Formats: sequence, C-alpha cells, structure tokens
Amino acid sequence: MTQVLEEEETAVVAAPRRSRLTGGRALHIYTWIVIGWLTLPVLVMILFGFNDTPGRYNQTWEGFTLKWYGQVFALDELTKALVISLLVAVATAVVAGALGTGIGYALGRYRFRGSGTVNLIMFATMSSPELVMGASLLTLFVSLGVGLGAVTITIAHIMFSISFVAVVVRARVLTLDRSVEEAAADLGANAWTTFWRITFPIIMPAVMSGMLLAFALSIDDFVVSNFTAGTTTTFPLWIWGATRVGLPPQVNVMGTLIFLGGVLIAVVTSIRSRPRRPAA
Amino acid sequence: MTTGVDQDPGHPAIELAGVHKDYLSHGETVQAVRRMDLSIAQGEFFSLLGPSGCGKTTTMRMIAGFEEPTGGTVFLDGRDVTRVSPNKRDVNMVFQSYALFPHLTAYQNVAFGLERKKVDKAEIRRRAGEIMEIVSLTGMEKRAPREMSGGQQQRVALARALVNRPRALLLDEPLGALDLKLRQQMQVELKRIQREVGITFVYVTHDQGEALTMSDRIAVMEAGRIDQLGTPREIYERPATRFVAGFIGTSNLLDGTVESVSGDVAVLSYGEGERVLVPVSAATGVGDALEVSVRPEKIDLAQDAPTGAGLSVLSGVVTEVVYHGTSTNYTVKTSAGPDLVIFDQNAYSAEDLAGPGDRVYLSWSPQHSYPIGV
Repeated sequence: MTQVLEEEETAVVAAPRRSRLTGGRALHIYTWIVIGWLTLPVLVMILFGFNDTPGRYNQTWEGFTLKWYGQVFALDELTKALVISLLVAVATAVVAGALGTGIGYALGRYRFRGSGTVNLIMFATMSSPELVMGASLLTLFVSLGVGLGAVTITIAHIMFSISFVAVVVRARVLTLDRSVEEAAADLGANAWTTFWRITFPIIMPAVMSGMLLAFALSIDDFVVSNFTAGTTTTFPLWIWGATRVGLPPQVNVMGTLIFLGGVLIAVVTSIRSRPRRPAA
Repeated sequence: MTTGVDQDPGHPAIELAGVHKDYLSHGETVQAVRRMDLSIAQGEFFSLLGPSGCGKTTTMRMIAGFEEPTGGTVFLDGRDVTRVSPNKRDVNMVFQSYALFPHLTAYQNVAFGLERKKVDKAEIRRRAGEIMEIVSLTGMEKRAPREMSGGQQQRVALARALVNRPRALLLDEPLGALDLKLRQQMQVELKRIQREVGITFVYVTHDQGEALTMSDRIAVMEAGRIDQLGTPREIYERPATRFVAGFIGTSNLLDGTVESVSGDVAVLSYGEGERVLVPVSAATGVGDALEVSVRPEKIDLAQDAPTGAGLSVLSGVVTEVVYHGTSTNYTVKTSAGPDLVIFDQNAYSAEDLAGPGDRVYLSWSPQHSYPIGV
C-alpha cells in the first residue's frame, strides 16, 4: 500500500518535468490518434442513429432527428432478434461466469494432475478459429440430433466464453494472498464459508469482468451463431440479413444503447474497484 | 529449568512430542523439523527464534494445523490435535502479512471468528468492543484495512485473533513489516496485551532483540532442531552452542587449551601475563581444549595493565573504533585468536578510551567467560 502511494507521489513530482521534454508533445499527439482510431467508428454509429433518413438506407446524412429513438422497437423482427440476443448473452454470462470461476479458481489455487492440460485446452479454445469451432459444433449438434435454436446458440456461446472467464479469474486468484484464506480457516470457517464469505467477495471484480467479457462476446457473435442458430435469428444475424436491403436507423439506436450500457457498467465497475487512499 | 508462568498445574498449553516434518523438494527429502519435543506452559510468552529456513514457521504452522506432521503428536491442552483441521483448533494466528479481509471493516474482521462460533450479536459487540479497546482501536471500527496504517492493521490482526480467547495465540513475525520505532513500540504493547489477556503467546521471529525483550522463554532453532531452550538471560549469558553464541547478540569466541585448573576455574594461557579464566565443571582437566564465549559489554578496555589478580587479561592493538551513540565499539587484535569486539558504554567517558594503533589491555571477571558445549 505504501509502495503504491510512493509511486503515485513520484509520478506527481515527475510529471511537469516530463512534459517539458520534446517527447511529451509527440506522446500527446499519438495518444489522441489512438483515441480517435478507437472511437471514430462508434461515433459514426451513434451519429447515424440521429439521421433523418427517409427510407431504409442510412448511409448519407440527411439531418438531425430523434424520431428513431421513439420508434426503436417499431420493427418486430429486429426487436425479437435483440431480445433473443440479450437472453442468450445473459444466460451465457451467468453459466460461463459460474463454470469459468470454478476453473479459474482451481487453476490459480491448486496444482493438480491435469492442471497443465486444462490450461492448454483453455488457450486452445480461445485461439481456435471461430469458423472451425462453428462448423464442428454444427456437426456435433446435427449428429446428436439436437434441434438448432436459442439453446444450441447458448451452449455454443458458453463453450467459447468459459475460457475467457477462467483466465481472468485465474489471474486474480494468483495474486490473492493465500494467508487470507488460511486466516479464515484459523478463525473457524470451513471451506464453504471461507469461499463465500472471504474468497468470492475478494475475487468478485474479476468474476464481474469475466462475465462482462462473456456477455460482450455473446451479444455480437456472428460466426458461431450462424452455424448453430437454425431458423432462430439473433441481433447480429438479423443485421447481416438486413444489410442486403439496407440498414434501418433502429440498428444504430440499439447499437448505441448496447454501447452505452457497456460503458455504464465499465464506469461503475472501475469506480467501485478504485482503491481509496489509506488514512494518514 | 522451568521458568514459564505455570499457573495451571494441569496440562501444558502446547506440547510437541517427537514432531517431525519432511518436505519433498525437487525429488529430495528436506527435513524441515526434526523430532522435536517441546512443552509450552499456560500463559507463557514463548519465542521460536532462528534464521530463515530453520523450521520455526513450519513448527508454528503445525501447531495451527496448516501443516500435518510427518511424524509425532501435537497436543493442545493435553488433547491430541495432530489430525484436527485448523478451523477446529482452539488456537489463533497473527499472520506476517496480517491477512486481513480486505472487503470487511475493522469491526467485521474482528467479529468474524465469533460469528463462526454462533456467538449472539450483543455478545459479539461487547467482546469486539472490549478487545478493540485493549489494542487501542476504538473509533476505527468502520475503517477498511486499506484505510489504516501498518501499525493499525497489525492491531486489527491481533484483535481479530484475541477476541476468540484462544488457548494460545500464534504470532508469525508479526512486526516484520513495521518500521523500527513502531516495532519497538509494538513490542512493549504486545507484552502489555499478553499480560492483560493472560493467553499463551507463541512468537516466531528471526529478530533476537525482539525475542530477548518479550519472551519468558526462547527456543533457538537451527536446521530443524532446537539448539537451546531457556530464559532470555540464560540464552544470552550462557549460549549452549557456537551457533547460539553467534546468533544472539555479538559474541567473542576464544579457543584455548586448559593449562591448569584451580577449584572450579580453569586457566587458558596465551603468553606472558595473558590468560583467560573460565568457570568449569569437575570433568574438565589439564590439556582439554575449550571454546569460550565472552560478551563484548563485559570486557573492560584500558591503556594500563589491570591490577586485579582474579581477572582474565589479554593485550592487543586497537584496529577500529566505531562510535554508536550509547556506546563505542572497539575492535582489538590479540594473540588469542580472532579479533575481539568490546562495547564501552558512553556513560562516563566523553572521549574514546583508545584510538586505532594503541596498545591496550582487556580484562573481565571469570564469571563472564562461558565455555560452550560443555
């Protein structure tokens, strides 16, 4: 804790000196280029949600309007697709969150027979091409005779998000002071109480990040969903289908709302997990 | 030899019988603790002292239940707890890193143990309040650990353990993370708290000063074994092994051969007028080799030859003088072996007794020579 404080203080002292160097200006410009690069597409999406376009084509700026926000759920098919996507994403986040936390905790805390293999499988899942994964999932479901739909999409999404949750949780568990759990045991807590009263609250931010990641991966997944959806249409699948006949501005509005939701959660999370300064 | 505060005539608070711990490290068996027998009395402040890797922490973790002994038995209050898990043992531990629960307030940390025992809310409030007052944390109840200083966190860790009124409190280098001033203050405080609550303290440390100031008894450990067990005074004044002599404080070690024995004092001679007198048992005879330990503060340093007859006397040349504030340390080269170190209290002398290159005489009473390993 004191070390962090010292570093902060050093940074404060060093900051004005560094900006006087010639490198400071270049860093400034570079930083803004990166920020622009990252946010420009999002800004365009948000902007065209306010485009007063007459038809289904939303590629040229026709003037400002708020009417699409009023008619955001006017297209039944699109609304239905969004609802399915949200349900699938929430289910994915919850199930992958629970399973991934278990795996991540086990990998971070214990060395056991096969832990190396589990690690390997996790990274293999994360790095394997989505096309391959989607195609093989389709083969699997068909050969098992499982009807394709929201359930198979969810199963597929859980399958590829678990690794992400596990990796995030594992990283947190590795930095967790083991003696904190020993202290709980020392004070009379059994393994169950120790996990739920002590360990879980401490690794909670990592579990949340993992679940958000799973949610984000699920809600805009196209490739795997396309293979496993059958006749069901998710939000990304609907948009893909619609692009052939032009995208309605509602898509931009929904995109904007999803984006704002994500930003909101990220901001809340970062405020809640920000360490407060210790009292002098 | 028993110098503990043995109030309870019944069982010792903690007893280890032939306790042994082997580790497998890179395919090789490492003996962390070797067949240790140890008995710690009720209400005693007992220290396990030794360098890192001597097995002191492993010993403590076997008492707490975090390590299972490879062999032997651990008794708490006369009950065999060797296979009992830590959450079912009536001892509590203060961890080196404090191991506070970061998401709970100071009060919630302290209340955690009592909540596990299903003590009722009002009683928890009363006992937690009481113990937080003893460790001077009143008013800090709602603070999170990260909002507290190192010293305050240390007190929370202490209160969290003590509030359960354990049969024994185990402390694993609890002051290691504090700065010197705070550490000294906490040493006094810990001793006061221990007297106030009357609980057996087992204190693990590598800091000999800490062990000497606080303990009723000390076990000095080396390589998984207890080298010496005794009161701070016994350990300091009469180190049993060369290791103890070197580890506790500074020691001058002299090798010599017994030239004559008169009564219970042997004389080692080092030349014209130079001799060391050592109290010995009847078993020591002329011609025996002896290793003698002399503490630096026991030796008088003077420019003139001492006149007393019954003194150990050596002469030599000062090679170094270091001023330490409360004392001045002299290093003197003699014919008796390695250079001797002498601490001279700066109580009277405003100036150094001698400077580098000066020929000086060293003298001390026979009772300050202590034969090692006899």
